[in-house]
Amino acid sequence: MKKSGKLLNAIYVVIVLLFLYSPIALLIYRSFDFGSNDVFAAYKEFFRNDVAKSALKNTMVIAVISSCIATVIGTAAAVGISKYKNRKFKQAVMLVTNIPMTSPDIVMAISLVLLFGIVFAIFGVSDYLGFTSLLIAHITFEIPYVILSVLPKINQMDVNLPQAAQDLGCTPFKAFFKVELPAISTGVWTGFFMAFTLSIDDFVISRITAGSYTTLPLLIYSAARKKVPDYIYALSAIIFVVVLVLLIIKNVISSRDTNKKRSVGRAK
Amino acid sequence: MNNVLLRLRNISVKFDDETILDDVSLEICDKEFVTLLGPSGCGKTTTLRIIGGFVSPDKGEVWFENGLLNDVPAHKRPVNTIFQKYALFPNLNVYENVAFGLRVKKTPESEIKKTVHDMLSMVNLLGFERRDISTLSGGQQQRVAIARALAVKPRLLLLDEPLGALDLKLRKDMQVELKNIQKRLGITFIYVTHDQEEALSMSDRVVVMNNGVIQQIGTPEDIYNEPENAFVADFIGESNIVDGVMLEDYKAQFSGHTFECLDKGYAPKEQVDVVVRPEDVDIVPVEQGMLKGTVTSVTFKGVHFEIIVDIGGFKWMVQTTDYQPVGANIGLFIEPDAIHIMKKSEYSGMYGDYSSFSEDFDKLSDAEEGSDNA
Repeated sequence: MKKSGKLLNAIYVVIVLLFLYSPIALLIYRSFDFGSNDVFAAYKEFFRNDVAKSALKNTMVIAVISSCIATVIGTAAAVGISKYKNRKFKQAVMLVTNIPMTSPDIVMAISLVLLFGIVFAIFGVSDYLGFTSLLIAHITFEIPYVILSVLPKINQMDVNLPQAAQDLGCTPFKAFFKVELPAISTGVWTGFFMAFTLSIDDFVISRITAGSYTTLPLLIYSAARKKVPDYIYALSAIIFVVVLVLLIIKNVISSRDTNKKRSVGRAK
Repeated sequence: MNNVLLRLRNISVKFDDETILDDVSLEICDKEFVTLLGPSGCGKTTTLRIIGGFVSPDKGEVWFENGLLNDVPAHKRPVNTIFQKYALFPNLNVYENVAFGLRVKKTPESEIKKTVHDMLSMVNLLGFERRDISTLSGGQQQRVAIARALAVKPRLLLLDEPLGALDLKLRKDMQVELKNIQKRLGITFIYVTHDQEEALSMSDRVVVMNNGVIQQIGTPEDIYNEPENAFVADFIGESNIVDGVMLEDYKAQFSGHTFECLDKGYAPKEQVDVVVRPEDVDIVPVEQGMLKGTVTSVTFKGVHFEIIVDIGGFKWMVQTTDYQPVGANIGLFIEPDAIHIMKKSEYSGMYGDYSSFSEDFDKLSDAEEGSDNA
């Protein structure tokens, strides 16, 4: 009985993994050209393609800038939210910041375009869809994720830490950078990587706010409407691996942190 | 006594309409070890935080020597704190934690090195300089916190239940160590605790607080032997507290017997509270007893037996080395100097009867206090 249960378990796990990963495995397999004598033909084709290369550059530029800005704003917001004593108000603020995460991307995209239209019109800019609008859109949808990953770290932190720093002569401002920020750094990094990952693979919001500015997901989408060129497989494989690496880094950071916490707990 | 170092004047604090401190005034002398003692929520930690600059009082003044501290921010006060859970900086090692305050003050590197070495040798942590905070035991973290606070040479050190997280044996050792450090360095300590034994054994003076009001200020002996009211008598040690009448000077009547005592200055027939400590009651044969009663429970405590005696419906606690079986009829004998008379107060009748006494209750309330930060 027990043995057959174990067997069923194993079969179940294999089936789930098969469903989840067979498309990606197939994609990665397809990106290599095992038939010809040049296995990396698709990858070489990608690096010869100027449009694809500029899309890669655009994606990275947007991802780096937007996630950096979102991390700063989101961390500041999380610190601000944590300072409120009133529980109900805190919950209300959290709800407001969480709504953009759960609301459909398409709604977010349309409302951003609407807002951009009005704001840019005020400044007399008519052709407003492009790098700037895309950057602002990415920062906007990344901020809640940063808040969400930083806030728990602040709550876990010993509330006396910044006070201890002030007690020893730091101004509140200096205490934040010398003590509070290092204490919540894992949350900040997690938020940064999350924002970065989200930015790289965002399609819906980018499609509507980017104008003629092309990022990788947009390029893949337009290319995939006709016969999918081989280099797109290579590109998709690259994106997958990059995101995977980011995820692993993020998980290593947070698991290291919990290990450390655990050993502190034991010591006490 | 020395000159006054810190003066609190009519401090009142409210959080959301709840009174935390009500008109607290207190003077603390230079080089003194003063303990703020009281149950959780009595306002002792808030008092400490006001002195440290982390809470500003709604009313009242904080004076340090001749300067008003009210509007001085925490980082500019000549006062340092040892926090309840130490609040060591987890991103820095032991050396950098101790050096933190000196670095902020831009002390030359050679001086930092010397001071950190001195501090770590004082708390017996030499050789731990490069260790991560997370690899230290609770007692070691406690020592780092002490070294960190003392490295900046404060005139006044505030300690917020610093030994609360340590086990009993370690706590006793650290009590002695802290007291030695205080004497050696000649620093004024203000120490917050809910542990009455800790307060009595370490302090020059004890400030007993309850509900945001100072109940009594005095030396440990004063507080124990001459409690001001039923709350203090009950909170510090065990007490039998009964209703009594002062017939005249040196004569008190309670539990149906007239006793000689050492107290005077009360109005004739004034209603009073009478305190008799359990260790001051002698057990004698029934016929020789001033009071007569029946033993209802006996607990072995190691050094002595704790006996609950029913005397006319009121349960007395007696600590004795003579075993008495449950159900035995015994007499109690109380010497005049064992009787302490107190004026009636708001706490009269609330404490000092052991009818509902139970070991479990005691433990439960202790555990609650331990987990509470207030």
